[in-house]
Amino acid sequence: MNLARSAGLVFGKELRIELRTHDLTHTVLFFVLMVAGLFSFAFDPSSTESRVILPGLIWIAFFFAGTLMLQLCFVREQVNDTLAALRLAPIDPFAILLGKILANFGFLAVTEIVFVPVFSLFYNVSLGGVLGRLMLLLFLGTFGLAVPGTVFSAMTAQARMRELLLPLLLLPVLAPVLIAGVEATAALLGPGHALEREWVVMLAGFDLIFLTATWLLAGFLVEE
Amino acid sequence: MKPSGRAWQLTAIATAIVTALGGYAIFFVAPREETMGQIQRIFYFHAGTGICAYLGFFVSFLASIGYLASRQSEWDWMAVATAEVGLAFNTVVLVTGPIWAKPVWGIWWTWDARLTLDFILELLYIAYLLLRTMVAEPERRALVSGVFGIFAFLDVPLSYFSIRWWRTEHPQPVIGGGPGTGMAPMMWYVFLFTGIGLLALMAILSRERYRLEALRHEFAELAAGAEDEPEPVETKGLSR
Repeated sequence: MNLARSAGLVFGKELRIELRTHDLTHTVLFFVLMVAGLFSFAFDPSSTESRVILPGLIWIAFFFAGTLMLQLCFVREQVNDTLAALRLAPIDPFAILLGKILANFGFLAVTEIVFVPVFSLFYNVSLGGVLGRLMLLLFLGTFGLAVPGTVFSAMTAQARMRELLLPLLLLPVLAPVLIAGVEATAALLGPGHALEREWVVMLAGFDLIFLTATWLLAGFLVEE
Repeated sequence: MKPSGRAWQLTAIATAIVTALGGYAIFFVAPREETMGQIQRIFYFHAGTGICAYLGFFVSFLASIGYLASRQSEWDWMAVATAEVGLAFNTVVLVTGPIWAKPVWGIWWTWDARLTLDFILELLYIAYLLLRTMVAEPERRALVSGVFGIFAFLDVPLSYFSIRWWRTEHPQPVIGGGPGTGMAPMMWYVFLFTGIGLLALMAILSRERYRLEALRHEFAELAAGAEDEPEPVETKGLSR
């Protein structure tokens, strides 16, 4: 079975579980809504301040939501030891990870599509004209979150205190994504509304480098 | 990796002497820097430990690859030993840096490219060591920390470039002329001499940490063996 088809099947499985339980999407949607409010209480920004802090708020909110969500992606395979079944399947171990990476990316992307307009409303920053490019940046960054996030989730599924561990491993690794994402978003929302190419290259490069590393190391990650 | 006890002792003693002489040279041989004054002397220690820390992280990265490629525990021990000693050296860098920065820049800390990168490195390798404490089973621990060791090091160039672009886009905060651009010859000699001492110290500490890890491994094996030891059975020889 080729990689695309087997990864597609794993992706389909994740999607089906999610559509039946709504565990992840509901939790993450509520979390982001809550954070959008809490940031406003914490900083009480004026409209000029909003424009300055909004890029950081958006990225931090989705990063934290992502680390919250990613913990479940391998842990919920443990309840009925379904990971053993996945391992036994005659597919490339990378396909299992890729399917899960795509599913996690998908869940977060849906959250972003719902909540970027909400952030825009709450903080009075108009996104007309830049919305498409902003979503491109967010999707590139979210994929960068999903790749090492899924890998670390696989690594820590059997660890002690795994709920604490995942954010501690993931957030420092995501530093370049956060810097690139926030800077690019700030430039996009700024007076020039420019999409700065170097940050797009940085985000895409991060995705590519970590996806390649995952492909190379997948065999180690999925084994018993 | 078992040098005779005597050679080992001599290496340790030589390192202690070189380090002590280096300390003397920093204060009494190296010339006083013109603009920064005495505080510049911290540079010898600061930059030297910085190089050692980066070297430690790099060796740890190579050892992580070595473990995943060969599945020999020795590589894992080397990876943790160099990462831990590298982290200790990096902590020295992060402490001595602000001590120098306060009188020269007027502030303890700034999110300048190098400082930020060093800070991220500190976080990454604390995370690496935390991960190791949370996975009990030795082979699993070696495997996941090997993967994380590789991911963490891949992150270094990406962080470096994102921080450089981030900080060169904006005006820098007040930064005096950093050391390192055109040192007096005597400064170079002192720097090299203390550098040799620090590198030897790094090697010794890494080796001791490696031995500790090997001993722990041996202990765990013995303890497991003692548990599995079957009770002596009287019916020995009665085969069916």
